[in-house]
Amino acid sequence: MEKTVNQKAWFLVLPVLLLVAFSAVIPLMTVVNYSVQDTFGNNQFFWAGLDWFREMLSSDRMWNALGRQLAFSGIILAIEVPLGIFVALNMPKSGFWASLCLVLMSLPLLIPWNVVGTIWQIFGRVDIGLLGYTLHAMGISYNYTQDTLAAWITIVTMDVWHWTSLVALLAYAGLKSIPDAYYQAAKIDQASRWKVFRFIELPKMMGVLMIAILLRFMDSFMIYTEPFVVTGGGPGNATTLLSIDLVKMALGQFDLGPAAAFSIMYFLVILLISWVFYTVMTNLDRKGA
Amino acid sequence: MAKITLDNLAHSYLPNPASEDDYALKELNHDWDDGAAYALLGSSGCGKSTLLNIISGLLQPSQGRILFDGRDVTHAPTAARNIAQVFQFPVVYDTMTVRDNLAFPLRNRGRDEAYIAERVQEIARMIGMEEMLNKKARGLTADAKQKISLGRGMVRKDVNALLFDEPLTVIDPHMKWELRTQLKKLHHDFGHTMIYVTHDQTEALTFADKVVVMYDGRVVQIGTPEELFERPEHTFVGYFIGSPGMNVIPARIDGNKAYVNGSYVELSQSYRPLSGKVEIGVRPEYARLSQTDGLPVKVRRVEDVGRHKIIRAEFFGNDINIIADEGEQISADMNRVSFDAGHVNVYANDWRVQGEAA
Repeated sequence: MEKTVNQKAWFLVLPVLLLVAFSAVIPLMTVVNYSVQDTFGNNQFFWAGLDWFREMLSSDRMWNALGRQLAFSGIILAIEVPLGIFVALNMPKSGFWASLCLVLMSLPLLIPWNVVGTIWQIFGRVDIGLLGYTLHAMGISYNYTQDTLAAWITIVTMDVWHWTSLVALLAYAGLKSIPDAYYQAAKIDQASRWKVFRFIELPKMMGVLMIAILLRFMDSFMIYTEPFVVTGGGPGNATTLLSIDLVKMALGQFDLGPAAAFSIMYFLVILLISWVFYTVMTNLDRKGA
Repeated sequence: MAKITLDNLAHSYLPNPASEDDYALKELNHDWDDGAAYALLGSSGCGKSTLLNIISGLLQPSQGRILFDGRDVTHAPTAARNIAQVFQFPVVYDTMTVRDNLAFPLRNRGRDEAYIAERVQEIARMIGMEEMLNKKARGLTADAKQKISLGRGMVRKDVNALLFDEPLTVIDPHMKWELRTQLKKLHHDFGHTMIYVTHDQTEALTFADKVVVMYDGRVVQIGTPEELFERPEHTFVGYFIGSPGMNVIPARIDGNKAYVNGSYVELSQSYRPLSGKVEIGVRPEYARLSQTDGLPVKVRRVEDVGRHKIIRAEFFGNDINIIADEGEQISADMNRVSFDAGHVNVYANDWRVQGEAA
């Protein structure tokens, strides 16, 4: 069949194009604009070329923040994904308890970021917080405002508390889609519990797990509010993750040029990692076919 | 290989079954002889799969016992029963190769690799997948996957029984016939007890030595294909087996005559007075249309199905089917039907009544 060619169809795409332009492309362009200029105030700008990028790439500050950020995302993924799968495997399959579990597990997902931060900020305080006070009373040294390790444990635990449910719910949805016959056949074949997981449940969950990992990676890589509310990036710079550092630079020090260069590289890193991850996963998937 | 005994077996999916209607499988006593090939035939939802799952241990019966060679296995787990079962829809382990799929049940039982390799090769040849052994199972077509499922079911030699739950539903028609032949050959060669669930009578009759017909959670007849055809014990069997099924006509029985609307049909046996719903059953194969003999019918239409002709007619307000030879001429004035007296069965409340010599 001949395809109808009608250039007027482009007009139908126009509204979306405009929307995306105003919500994403134009703001991004202003950032690009800042990243290649310098200013001494008075709204006077000078061309700076790629100097800001060079400066940022050679600054320890950004590399350190990137290192902390990668460590944070890596740790929470390493905890949340296995834990989420484990929770999903042990959830009731149907009935009242299944519904109850689903509701209870969705609760953390519904709490706004800054509230989560505040909850944990207070929870962990040594003077009035239940957790901090209890640990302190037990003689365990725990103070997230002074101790780097305690600060990290707090923000990691907070993220795990907030987001493991998401992984668990997605994994649960994947598990629910497996027909009974698979489990029956596995029984007939005398497969061990581990083999059932390895050869039936895990392959069938792969699709949703990929989405879960991607979502959790991107989200954790851009995390700002929660650690900022709890630790403010401290003690020192110990929990200054990329976005916290970026905000400090852009709004605290008002270094627009370096901050803009930083933003663009930050954006490219997220894009790159997500793309690599997605490509690797889909290739793995295809190789199986 | 084992003789499987069902003792007072019944199952309900409800926790507290009150009446008989609550039972998906009504009380049943039966021996599945060691090494015989059975077909479990019945319409959807009649309890066939329930019975199969109870035998394989995937389901615990509400009451009764299952014995393998006299050993009570009612509460034994599936693994302990050493049963192979193939399901209606293909179950393959997607991430494994075809070879690993076939080897899976053997590996789980700790057989040595040399034996496994030999068995896998043998089974692959049987299901015609030797060239595909190293392929991943994921990308295969539905019928290839189902062949793998069948292969996995047959790979163990020492199983107590092989159960098939409508395994050929997703298979191409010509492959269906081939696989069924393979299954029969397998049965012949190794003498496994086989139970084959199906709702397709051709499949049941060609596969099995004995056919078990189920209806509404109950076993209504167990017999050879011939017995099911000649002497259906229940009107459902008569209706379900045969194409078209048996004609069932309300009648009043008096001695060796069956009265239909005042006219009578001769019976080969004599019957005591019957109460309840009384009917006679005649297979279309044993009814004959003619100009002169028998009782009046109104012919509605004639269907030529190739091997023979099926005449759809009205007989005292009842629908009736008659089978005539392909060569036979059917003319407009053929408006009488006669029945072969030796093949008229009498039913009271749907169950066949045995008569006495007339």
